[in-house]
Amino acid sequence: METRVQMSTDNSSQPNSLAGVAAGRRREPGTSPLGSGLEARGVHAWFGSHHALENVSLDFAAGTVTALIGPSGCGKSTFIRTLNRMHEFIPSAAMAGEVLLDGKDIYASGTDVTRVRLQIGMVFQKPNPFPSMTIGENVLAGLKLAQMKYDGNKDDLMEETLTRAGLWTEVKDRLGAHAGGLSGGQQQRLCIARSLAVNPKVLLMDEPCSALDPGSTLRIEDTISQLSKTMTIVIVTHNMQQAARVSDYTAFFLADGGPGQMIEVGPTNEMFSRPKDERTENYVSGRFG
Amino acid sequence: MSTMTHHETVYPKRPWKATKADLIPVFALLVLAAVVDYAVVAVTPMKGKLAYALLFFVFGAGFQMVLKWKQLGRRAAIDSLAGSVAITGAALAFIPVISLLETAIVKGMKGLYPGFFIHDMSVANYQSPLNQGGVIQAIVGTLYLIALATLISLPLSLLTALYLTEIKGKASGFIQFLVQAMSGIPSVVAGIFIYSALLLTTSLRGSTIMAALALAILMIPTVTRTAQEVLLLVPADLREAGLALGATQWKTVATIVVPAARNGLITAVILGVARIAGETAPLLFTLGVSNKINFNPFFGGQSALPYYVWSGLADGTELGIDRAWSGILVLLMIVLALFVVARVFGTRKVKTK
Repeated sequence: METRVQMSTDNSSQPNSLAGVAAGRRREPGTSPLGSGLEARGVHAWFGSHHALENVSLDFAAGTVTALIGPSGCGKSTFIRTLNRMHEFIPSAAMAGEVLLDGKDIYASGTDVTRVRLQIGMVFQKPNPFPSMTIGENVLAGLKLAQMKYDGNKDDLMEETLTRAGLWTEVKDRLGAHAGGLSGGQQQRLCIARSLAVNPKVLLMDEPCSALDPGSTLRIEDTISQLSKTMTIVIVTHNMQQAARVSDYTAFFLADGGPGQMIEVGPTNEMFSRPKDERTENYVSGRFG
Repeated sequence: MSTMTHHETVYPKRPWKATKADLIPVFALLVLAAVVDYAVVAVTPMKGKLAYALLFFVFGAGFQMVLKWKQLGRRAAIDSLAGSVAITGAALAFIPVISLLETAIVKGMKGLYPGFFIHDMSVANYQSPLNQGGVIQAIVGTLYLIALATLISLPLSLLTALYLTEIKGKASGFIQFLVQAMSGIPSVVAGIFIYSALLLTTSLRGSTIMAALALAILMIPTVTRTAQEVLLLVPADLREAGLALGATQWKTVATIVVPAARNGLITAVILGVARIAGETAPLLFTLGVSNKINFNPFFGGQSALPYYVWSGLADGTELGIDRAWSGILVLLMIVLALFVVARVFGTRKVKTK
């Protein structure tokens, strides 16, 4: 596919990042903004006979950023993968409980799982742009993969999503180049732009900055703050400063010999200043983990 | 934030798996497809097994598509069609295999008796009654040939593949081209090559080793190409990790890269053995002939199962052809047994605890 680079340069430095949404442009899947959020009820997860996650109930209110923190192996990534039904790709996986998107259980019989994933996007730990596609094609890949009809201008969509992901000014002159030539941080922002193009209600991010330099990390954190105006975000992170900077709520997970559990959840500033649980306090103050 | 307390035990579930209730309409529609299939074949001029199979696919896939369309919409319907095509493709690929096995078993059982595996053909000829003579000499010969050809070609192939993937020397392009060209050699040419290069010009006579050389020519490109592909699948990170620990390239390759590619390399050997196990043409010029067991691979004629089958068919009598089918069955059993052994002993056991 030829990428059309025909944007005028005068509006490219700081275009209205939410122009597309503000204009009320019809975009079918997800139909973000907002909705009533995501809710996990009594979620358990198993790998074979190994009980990896026990009884996690957590609300993700619409338009909030929730950070999941905790030491390695505590089940945060497993938990986030139950939220858009990626958990089931592991052959021995099993789960229990409910995950409600706008009040409907995504695990209910007869649910169209592809539609669920269209509404609940995901950004992975390792940047994974599609290697055979150009930068522009990567951004629009979701439309093609989900066989969506998009009746707006695709160039505008490309600019809008890349701008929201904080990448537009860096790539606007080489949308036809292959994505493999971008740096790690740029690739990750491209992956975010790719998730945004299908307009999800919820965006799950599994340690999106763990492979990135501080500059790229800051840009992605900016992006997250921008995005939270229009969608619900759940982010797994090992970086507690990051959790403090970007999130409204923080949930602390811990596997103390047994299955991973959610120890405590609360507004981020409270979790970091006066956590209720001693284990949370020890973790956020860096005494272990 | 809501919290829920579970006092009862929670059991693992797989809500993504189809439930019985989900499967009932699927099976009902398959049965319906079979009924409609039967009815259409009965009333229209379309007849025969092919018509049944084709129409069953059309109706089966069509009904499932409609079901998915009703349940989840157009995208799911197309997905269902693609799934049906894949299943049908797999089934079509299996039909000749099953049919071939069935023919080999049915026709081959006729000539099989316990003595078939113990006796050689020095006590009988192809026209003897089926309870005389056997293929022990051909079994020994085939095992010898496979072992020797593997012994000759495996090191060469592995080293060539390592040269192409690890050393990446100046001659890589040329060698790659040669390997590619070699894989197109007709098997009879390999036999004629050994015959004209080694047997015609010297006082050597046809023997196991000569035939094994001819088979190795056929085996080398297959094993090399496959080994090359699996070695390329080993992540570059692993090589770098080894080198970064101060290892030499040889040590990295021998202790990290090759073990990581182990299962794939075993597949490469299996494919190579499969390539040669049934070859007859190269044997005609190089094997010499023997109807007795010959344990000396360097001297004297040898027998082999494909050669035995060929002779039986060439004999042309009913008994000869029966013997040929039995030979085919024994060859299939040996090849299957070798593959199972290679998989069982070759697959690394992953210890979890």
